[in-house]
Amino acid sequence: MALSEVDRLIQLLARLPGLGPRSARRAVLHLIKRREALLDPLARAMADVAVSIRTCSTCGNIDTVDPCAICRDEKRDRSVICVVEDVADLWAIERTSSYPGQYHVLGGTLSALDGVGPEDLRIDRLVGRTSAAEVSEVILATNATVEGQTTAHYISDRLAGTGVTVSRLAHGVPVGGELDYLDDGTLTAALKSRRRLGATE
Amino acid sequence: MIEWTDDAIVLSARPHGEGAAILQLLTRRHGRHAGLVRGGASRRMRGVLQPGNAVVAHWRARLAEHLGACTVELVQNRWAQWFDDPERLAGLDAICAVSEASLPEREPLEPVHEAATAFLDHLDAELWPVLYVRWEIGLLGALGYGLDLSSCAVTGETDELVYVSPRSGRAVSRRGGEPYRDKLLPLPAFLLGKRAPTHADFLDGLELTGQLLRRHVLNPANRDLPPARLRLVDRIRDSSTISMHSDTDQEVT
Repeated sequence: MALSEVDRLIQLLARLPGLGPRSARRAVLHLIKRREALLDPLARAMADVAVSIRTCSTCGNIDTVDPCAICRDEKRDRSVICVVEDVADLWAIERTSSYPGQYHVLGGTLSALDGVGPEDLRIDRLVGRTSAAEVSEVILATNATVEGQTTAHYISDRLAGTGVTVSRLAHGVPVGGELDYLDDGTLTAALKSRRRLGATE
Repeated sequence: MIEWTDDAIVLSARPHGEGAAILQLLTRRHGRHAGLVRGGASRRMRGVLQPGNAVVAHWRARLAEHLGACTVELVQNRWAQWFDDPERLAGLDAICAVSEASLPEREPLEPVHEAATAFLDHLDAELWPVLYVRWEIGLLGALGYGLDLSSCAVTGETDELVYVSPRSGRAVSRRGGEPYRDKLLPLPAFLLGKRAPTHADFLDGLELTGQLLRRHVLNPANRDLPPARLRLVDRIRDSSTISMHSDTDQEVT
């Protein structure tokens, strides 16, 4: 028996992260009940995004325009590039509104076993970008995992000859964190990268 | 219900579904073992499930052949202190990757676990690459392809052993190996305990064990050395910080 459109919608929604068949049914029911306020705008928004979404050819961010809005923005500092693993990480940093520079999305990390090599990540393109005269610093904001750090070290080697400053994010006690609840790995990292009190930058 | 609790080293954790992870462990008494960790992709668990970490694992399944569910408790975080040390991080990554690629699943090989623990505990030693090469030789031995460096396989000499036969893993002297020198692997002198290792020796050692692992263990299973192991060689080759000792008394082995 052919599935009705509603069933098909439920099945598709159930494949989203965080949703199962039961919650997808609830969501669909809710959408149908609020057709004008939710269902129609959602359908239009999804159709628009499906047509216009693309990956920025410069930084790897996703946006409806290429180059993306961040790369186009004249007000942003073009001398700093922040390297992140994934678009989600880029969004996380953007939410802080404390970073005025450009980004570079790698699209993953070097894997120890699965054969994700440098050629699978956008590392060559990053090296190409840093060779532009205006770039003076690359901030490596890969995750604080073994793979993330291995990737960061690899990139820092690749950039060794280019003359740009390579820095990485600090690792340590989270803001609002209590030492007693920290795992010993974080504490070790925090102790190693302690800094002088009262020192500016 | 089958269950056990064992000391283990985390080799890798792959995300599975939304919140879970499939964990590969090198356990003390149960060999290389996999298990599903519920909530393994969570923020809390991600730090625990990093390669090289020492954990106590509790595994349970209804039947022995099932993947089973695993809970782990962190004993020691081994990698956080090597965050900023690309060479040692590469060593840690390589030992985990090589263990995962070459060890048979669920075959108890306690010496391999023991040696890996010793390596990770002594990663701060200056000559840690020696320990790494020694560990791979031990691994080959545990898998049944041990080296025999006591005498030359061709002439029976015990002096001037400079090659290893890739086929038998036996040492070959300079004289005995002359006709086959293209096919033989160089034997770094530090493995005979004769000389403190040099930078080139580390590379020869890694080449030796790498070739043997390929030939005997990985290629028959249609695999190659894992990328992390290849990157370790690149790291050591380019490294200027790995010391080249001239002091013979500083043998770590």
